Parts: sequence; C-alpha cells; structure tokens
Amino acid sequence: MEYVISVLLSGISVGGQYALIAIGYTLVYGILRLINFAHGDVFMVAGLLGIYMTATLPISVSLPLVIIITVFLGFAIERVAYKPLREAPRMSVMISAIGVSYLLQNTATYVTGGQPMTYPVIPFLSDTVNVAGTQTKWVVILTPILVLVLVIALTQLINRTKVGMAMRAVSKDFETSRLMGIKINSVISATFIIGSALAAVGSILFFTNYPAITPMAGSMPGLKAFVAAVFGGIGSIPGAVIGAFIIGICETIIKGLPSSWDVSVFSDAFTFALLIVILVFKPQGLFGEAATDKV
Amino acid sequence: MKVKKKHTREIAGIIILFLFVILLENISGVIPGMPAILQPTSPLFTVLKKAAVYSLVAVSMNLLNGFTGLFSLGQAGFMLLGAYTYAILTVPTDQKAQVYYLFGGCAFDFSLPDLFQGIFGNTGVGSAVSLILATLIALILAGCVAGFFAYLIGIPVLRLKSDYLAIATLGFAEILRAIFQWQKLGPVTNGANMIKGFPTFSSFNITDTTGNTILRLSTFVPFFITTVCIILIVCLINSSYGRAFKSIRDDEIAAEAMGIGLFKHKMLSFVISSFFAGVGGAMFAMYVANAQAKAFTSVMTYEILLIVVIGGIGSVSGSVLATFLYVACSEWWLRFLDSEMYLGSFKVPLLRNGFRMVVFSIVIMVIVLFFSEGIMGDNELNLAGLHRRFQRKHSAAKKERE
Repeated sequence: MEYVISVLLSGISVGGQYALIAIGYTLVYGILRLINFAHGDVFMVAGLLGIYMTATLPISVSLPLVIIITVFLGFAIERVAYKPLREAPRMSVMISAIGVSYLLQNTATYVTGGQPMTYPVIPFLSDTVNVAGTQTKWVVILTPILVLVLVIALTQLINRTKVGMAMRAVSKDFETSRLMGIKINSVISATFIIGSALAAVGSILFFTNYPAITPMAGSMPGLKAFVAAVFGGIGSIPGAVIGAFIIGICETIIKGLPSSWDVSVFSDAFTFALLIVILVFKPQGLFGEAATDKV
Repeated sequence: MKVKKKHTREIAGIIILFLFVILLENISGVIPGMPAILQPTSPLFTVLKKAAVYSLVAVSMNLLNGFTGLFSLGQAGFMLLGAYTYAILTVPTDQKAQVYYLFGGCAFDFSLPDLFQGIFGNTGVGSAVSLILATLIALILAGCVAGFFAYLIGIPVLRLKSDYLAIATLGFAEILRAIFQWQKLGPVTNGANMIKGFPTFSSFNITDTTGNTILRLSTFVPFFITTVCIILIVCLINSSYGRAFKSIRDDEIAAEAMGIGLFKHKMLSFVISSFFAGVGGAMFAMYVANAQAKAFTSVMTYEILLIVVIGGIGSVSGSVLATFLYVACSEWWLRFLDSEMYLGSFKVPLLRNGFRMVVFSIVIMVIVLFFSEGIMGDNELNLAGLHRRFQRKHSAAKKERE
C-alpha cells in the first residue's frame, strides 16, 4: 500500500512537471502550428541557470532571476530564429527549431564541460515529509497544487484579458486576426514568454527531485510533454495538463513494476507508443477541436 | 545516341573516383616517406569513410523529405535496425560466446561468413569470396528488415501530416531503441551492450600470408557501396515514380487529381528510403566496428537532417557535398577549436573542449536562417554544365577584349 502511494505521488509530481512544459508546447502550437523542439532545451537551460545562479546569489534572488532570464531566452529565440521564417514553409521553421535545440545543447555542453551538474538543495522544497506512512519531498506534494494554481491563472488570463482574447483569435485564424488589427508579433512573443516562464518554474520543480542535469536532460521531458499536449488535444490547456498527469503516472508505474520483468527501459517508449496510438485513432486528442488539419 | 554518350562519361567519372580513392589510401604503402596526411591513421580516411556512410543516409533522407515532401524523423531508428541485422547475421560463430557472454551465448547458431566459408573454404580467394558474399547479403537483408518495419509503421503513420508525421516517426525510432536495449532480448540483441567482432571495412584490406597489408580497400568499400546505392536512388528519382514523388511534394491534391495514388507512392518512398537508411546503418556499424542501440539517438537524425538542409532539400549532389563538408568540419578542420591555443604568450579566449560544436551549430543556424536554399538548392551538380558556363564566360571575356 505504501509502495502504491509513493508511486502514485511521484507520478502526480512528474506529471505536474510535464504539464508545465506541455502548456508551453500547446500554446505555441496553437498559434504558430510549430512543434517548438527547442522548448525542452529551454527547460534544461533554466535548470543550468538555477545551478549557476544559486552558486553565487541567495535563493530568494536567484530563483526569480532564473525565471526572468529564461523568459528572455524564450523571447529571443522566437525573435531570432522563428520570426524571420514566418512566411516560410512549416518545414523550415521546424528545422530552425531543431537547429536552436542543437545550438542550446552544444552550448550547454561547452559551458558545463559535459559533466552532469547536481542541482542545489532548495530549502523547504527538498525537505522530507511523511504522507500516509511514506517519506517524500515537499516538492512532490507542492507540484500538483502549484500546477493547478498556475493553470487556473492561465485560463483566466486567456479567457478574461485582452491578450488572451488576441491569443484565441490568432490561434483560430492567423490572417483574419491580423486584418482585425491584432499585433501578431506581440501576441506570439507573449505566448513564448508565458511558455518559457512556465518551463522555468517546471525546471525548478523537476530538477529538485532529479539527481543531475546533463545537456541532454531537456530533450526527453520536452518530447514527453509534447506527447502530453497531443494526447490532451493540442491547443487545449486543460487537455495538456490532464495528458501530462496521465503520462507522468503511467511512466512512474512502469518504472515501479517488479524489476524481474525488466520493463523500466520502456518507460520512454510507452509514451511514444501512446502517441502513435492517439494519432491513429483519435488525432484530435482528448479535448481538442475536431476540425483540424492534422490528418 | 546522345543519352548513351552522357552515361559513358558518368561511368568513367565514377571509375576514376574509385581508382583515385584506392590510390589515395595505398600511396603511403607504395611510396615511403609520404606526408602524415596520407598515412592510414590520418583523419583524412576517417572523414572519407564516415562521410561515405553518412552521405548514403543523407541521400535516403532527402529522398523522403526533399523529393516526396514527407517530413520523417525516423532515420536513426531504421539505421539501428540495419546495424543490428547486419551485426547479428555476421558475427562469426566462434566469437559468439565471447560477444554474448552475459547471456550465455547467442540464441541462434548461425553466421553468414561461416556459412560461405563452409562452401568456399577459408583461405585465399575462398575467404575473400565468402567475405564479399556474406557482407553483401547481410547488407541487403539489413535494408530489407528496415524496409519491412517501415512498411509496418507506415500503414498507420503515413496518413498523418507534416509535423505529426515527424513526431510519430521520431517516437517510433525511440521505441525501437528501447526494444533493442531490453535485457530480455539479450540472447539476440546482446541487451544494452554492444555487438562486435563482425567484419568491418578493415576486413577488406588484402593481406599476405604473414599478415602484412598489401592492398588497402577499407575506404574504397564504403565509397563503392554508397555509390551503387546512390545511383539506384537517382535512377528511382528520374523514373516515373520519382516524378510522382515530386508531384506529391509540390501539391498533394493536384497529384491525386492527376491519378497518382497518394498512399501507395508515399509508402513506396518511405520503404525505399528506410531500406537505404538500413543499409547505411549497417555500414555505420562497420565503420565504428560495433553495433549499439545507444548510438542511434534522435540527435543522429537531427544531424542528418541538418546535413540535408545544408546541402539543399531536393538535391542529391547537394546532400553528398554537404555530408563531406559537415563530416570534415566536425571531425577534422574545426578540431583546433577544441584545444587551447597560444599566440606567443597570448591565450586565445573561449577555445576549450566543446567550443567546436558551438561554432558549428551557430554556422548551421546562419545557414538555416539566411541561406535556406543550402549549397545547391534543388539543383544538381553538373560538371558538364559548369564547364560550359565557364567556357561561355571565357569566350564572352575574349569578345570584350576584342
């Protein structure tokens, strides 16, 4: 029983971390129709920034700084690598995204010297707590709560504010919203800023619970978060969050299966199998709109 | 008549290329005192071998992405299938116990080189014939296995559009990588450990009875295989199937209206591309002398995709040129960026391990953003055309002078 609870707890926590990344994917895809391959690497860079910042500055200063710098990075990537290609075919933008991801990974390798870096211990988040007889870290409990708060705030932003209305308009029809006087570029920048900020928060939560950061640490969570976004229905924020929780829980269950079965190697593969199944049988995802041009 | 003449010229060019490669790698053995760059250990030959292998994979990816317009990112997965098929089929029986020692030997006691050595004998010409036959059959089977899996995954996945196809094929490659690392399949795939001991490119070097190399062919062999495969791909592109592929790329709806079966042609392109990716993967295993699932990550696919982009999406010769440039830069010419350098007493800043790849990725980003046509765009390298253009310029200049 205790084992089941601990697996479920860490599943929910992992799912929450994926959810924060998945929102970034789903927002960007909703507006630009672009799989932002670099998003997972932005997440990794935020983790590295966390390490370097906390080494010199107190935590209360460094964590907000990490979020601000990550936001700036996301904004800069959009301006430099995606904006010039706005009229180009979709394939070129995706190739540019892959190029950015390659650049971020190589730069991270250069800066860290390729060594795995250990994430600093953040007081309170890393403290242990006793839940129903299982020892766990506070971060595990806090992640889902924080995710819920952020998601509610985000849906309010999208449904109630002018920027949010502009985002919805742009994702419905790029050209028409342009004709209606919406400043496309600032809306897109806003999307990247929100996505990067959430990725930065996600990276703080994810890496507190994770032994080390390598330059490749972002690509796999990034891809999984994208699968979560597809699973929930791309463009839908609640969908992305629910998809992320399902994937996180399934993954920890697979990792927690008896070691004699030796199936933990499939924890990543499962996510992709799920993706292929979803794309084939229900391409609009759980909560996506039916009328899309995926197939 | 004209067509025939053109082909004889091309065939002559290829033969000259082959002879040049053989000469290049043997010259240090024939004439002593050659510079270090021509010695067999020189990075030149590493680059040539690796680029020959990669250019086949790049061209196969270009067939799919550039000529059919299917944005697939599964190339590393199909290379993995090819590499493992080749490795499993060609590890000699007496090496198996050693390679598979963690699993108490291999699940099946079969090896192509041994099979042919049983027929042709294992000395002199007999061993050469059996080596060539075994490698050839293993390479073709490697391609077939990759093609077969491409067919299976193509049935559901090829209905998806651009970026969804990309992510689904990428996912498929990751699934394959997990399956091949599964310990339960250890007796066949050796689990997460590498398979080695199979014939590599160096096995083709001809030695005399005392073990001295008399004729090096280790660079010629990948060149030969790649050239044959690329010629096959070019023939396909120039056939009516190739024209159908291009029409699908340009406009699916129009192509369908003209009576081209979309699914059939997409599948054909996908399977053929994966076949050659499988052959390329087998050659990659020969190049690194081992097969290990860890090597075939999505980063490898990205690398090949970037090569295709640099060369020009939709240009075979562009892909080949870009591969040689890319591999030479990353393995050889930019190596100096990775080590500290002093100009007099001045230490050049930034130079440190890993800097090469940073510079490299910035160059790639510049190409992607500002030279999206790549080296060749969708044109082909045409030596005769270059010659003609040069002549025209020359005569124009002459006229001006007059």
